[in-house]
Amino acid sequence: MGTATTASHDVGHRPRRPFDVQRVREDFPILKQEVHGKPLVYLDNAATTQKPRQVIEAEQQFYLHDNSNIHRGVHELSERATQAYEDGREKVRRFLNARESREIIFVRGTTEAINLVAQTFGRERVGAGDEIVISAMEHHSNIVPWQILCQEKGARLRVAPINDRGELIWEEFLKLLGARTRLVAVTHVSNVLGTVNPVKAIVDAAHRLDIPVLLDGAQAAPHQPVDVQALDCDFYAFSGHKVYGPTGVGVLYGKAKLLEAMPPYQGGGDMISSVTFEKTTYNTLPYKFEAGTPNVAGVVGLGAAIDYVSEIGLERIAAYEQELLQDAIRKLEKVPGLTMIGAARQKAAVISFVLEGLHPHDVGTVLDQEGVAVRTGHHCAQPLMDRFQVPATTRASFALYNTHQEVDALVAGLHKVREVLG
Amino acid sequence: MSDLRTLYQEVILDHSKRPRNFRLPADSNRQAEGFNPLCGDRITLYLKLDGDRITDLAFQGSGCAISTASASLLTETLRGKTTAEAEELFGKFHDLVTGKAKGTDSLGKLAVFSGVSEFPIRVKCATLAWHTLKSALEGGEKPVSTE
Repeated sequence: MGTATTASHDVGHRPRRPFDVQRVREDFPILKQEVHGKPLVYLDNAATTQKPRQVIEAEQQFYLHDNSNIHRGVHELSERATQAYEDGREKVRRFLNARESREIIFVRGTTEAINLVAQTFGRERVGAGDEIVISAMEHHSNIVPWQILCQEKGARLRVAPINDRGELIWEEFLKLLGARTRLVAVTHVSNVLGTVNPVKAIVDAAHRLDIPVLLDGAQAAPHQPVDVQALDCDFYAFSGHKVYGPTGVGVLYGKAKLLEAMPPYQGGGDMISSVTFEKTTYNTLPYKFEAGTPNVAGVVGLGAAIDYVSEIGLERIAAYEQELLQDAIRKLEKVPGLTMIGAARQKAAVISFVLEGLHPHDVGTVLDQEGVAVRTGHHCAQPLMDRFQVPATTRASFALYNTHQEVDALVAGLHKVREVLG
Repeated sequence: MSDLRTLYQEVILDHSKRPRNFRLPADSNRQAEGFNPLCGDRITLYLKLDGDRITDLAFQGSGCAISTASASLLTETLRGKTTAEAEELFGKFHDLVTGKAKGTDSLGKLAVFSGVSEFPIRVKCATLAWHTLKSALEGGEKPVSTE
């Protein structure tokens, strides 16, 4: 009996070394398909990642067995659903190493997380003449919410410039911090350039002036371990669907002290503790920010995704992706007429490039016919395109299931591009 | 591959690399801007209208091979046509690239865009110049967008 137990344990245990990409690929059913008669090579992971069977099954199991609304019913299913939802919150807390699970707010995604902070914290703390500091490499979702706020309040959006490698110019960033700065909101990892920002140094510099910092972690959370206590950031946002979880669920981490002082985001059910027509008392954290029935199944799926990447280990994922990145850079450098945009010394596995004389849209169409899925366009970062004076780029972004053979398929696809388009 | 060759026909590649009437004319009397936010294509189309006849066309901007070639061929095709003829051609061209019509008889050189119908996502690229033309003819002030 004892032997049998040990054996079954061993079966479910993933060997720690070496990283077995073929085994990982078995977990992603969607990858086993042909596109235009060629094996699918999915290199659009910065847009969204594919989902492992474990995530799909967790959501399915929830709907098959436990579905119910949460925090209300006295019945068994509601109890289970509530438990599953709160288990998801605890998994996210561990994933980010937050101090308390009430610091984890579930939202639709990174975009909503940033809008929440802009519309609550921002509305209350930012006034006429105040300033919010962002960087030149932000995604539109970390630009527009602040523009809306600044317009409303008569505040000013300051943009920290970047150098030709696609790195923040540190002295220029420091110069922007001042007595009127109410918030620094920067991306942890650039979705276009792959640049990993020195976020710990950013937080420290801002904190010396008592300025809180929001980090957009949409492109960081899938690729490296994140420890919000070590970073000491005040807010951290990420999306479930970019970390192998479902769409429609994301996370805002906020320090409890800040969240408690913030007004609610939306009004509705679950965010109140008592309502009369004269007065409403708001619920405690985190429920104050979770009005309405949340995406319960999405949280269950996100929890499964976190289990999945945690079991493999984010350090190992990061190390493997760095291998892929270096391989891809080496091979792409040899493609005639190809220029990579962004050469940060700290870089995640995202490569943007342009091919001389060819528009990315045409490149993308030819690659697609070769089964290679890349993103073409401005990647929701038009100011960044302007900075590098390109209308658009082609972007290949890697995930833990990509292989060196797929890097070769990309390169072969680019030679085909030349053949077809000249 | 065969699909790609239908999309990127020699005429299209030629016009995308050497666009005709790619200039800022001195004497245009109508112009409009077109923008395709999806891929960042942006063109400005200039017309010289003499009564209801288009006597000159030119364009500037940047875009993918399909949108550039489409703008280039539009400027060649419509010179000397009346505004009514231009609008009729737009209708036929639109039907061609969206796969609603197979016949290419009256389209002349524009028939090279027949392959676009196999690539629905590229329809916007092929029609950007035409939407811009419509805006210029209607005297639109606001840039047209394909979104």
